[in-house]
Amino acid sequence: MKKFSLAALFSGALFGLGLAMSGMTDPRRVLGFLDVFGDFDPTLLFVLGGAVATTTLLFRFVLRRGSPVLADTFQLSNLKHVDRKLLGGAALFGIGWGIAGYCPGPALAGLGIGSIEALWFIPAMLAGILLHRVVNRA
Amino acid sequence: MTTWMIALAGGVLIGLSATLLLWLNGRVAGVSGILNGVLFPNAGDLSWRAMFLLGLIVAAGLYTALVPGAPLPRTDYSRVALVVAGLLVGFGTRMGNGCTSGHGVCGLGRFSMRSLAAVLTFMATAIATTFVVRHLWS
Repeated sequence: MKKFSLAALFSGALFGLGLAMSGMTDPRRVLGFLDVFGDFDPTLLFVLGGAVATTTLLFRFVLRRGSPVLADTFQLSNLKHVDRKLLGGAALFGIGWGIAGYCPGPALAGLGIGSIEALWFIPAMLAGILLHRVVNRA
Repeated sequence: MTTWMIALAGGVLIGLSATLLLWLNGRVAGVSGILNGVLFPNAGDLSWRAMFLLGLIVAAGLYTALVPGAPLPRTDYSRVALVVAGLLVGFGTRMGNGCTSGHGVCGLGRFSMRSLAAVLTFMATAIATTFVVRHLWS
């Protein structure tokens, strides 16, 4: 396997391990975290806090390099404007997240942990991605 | 270890995963974006994405299978709710160009204003939706 794919495999494994370890793969816990006005479960604050603290601390050193180790350039979004598309999309995503407690990473992790619900959620999510592509082409 | 310490450690692993992918491959560890590139691949850009998702799924599964006390999947949620949520998550993350990982973990780590706006928006709609579903609907 090429180093580039091997690096991605390892990174993905760390990601999946972090999701399972932190309880993000449990939609009951996620909904408990989102239930700010009810039976609030603050655990996921530590997950998001730990993740964002780590990237905030380390990304600056990575991006100080001229290029990544295994590629020519960093592929980052150059978009700057906060527009209706960004906010509308984020709003729709949040509604979906709040309905069932799955965002894309934990939903896919559900395939690994034997979640029956993932077999309903993931095809619908793929259909949503497809639908967006169709609508934007029309 | 207490629950919040494990959650924090899991969060740090997710942050390290994102740092590794940026440092080695120059790519953003945004699960919805990586998934989109698997569904609609560009030449030479498929393998690393598939490997990232494979690592994520397998590692989450192994942790859940091997570590006592790891949360087991929820099984009893409304199928209709799962499908509606999946559609919204798929459509919304494409329209808004990212999800919890891309905008949250990675975007905030590099101080992107677009990502901050997206995170505030999807957190707000997710919390509002959870409130409606848990306290007004049922």
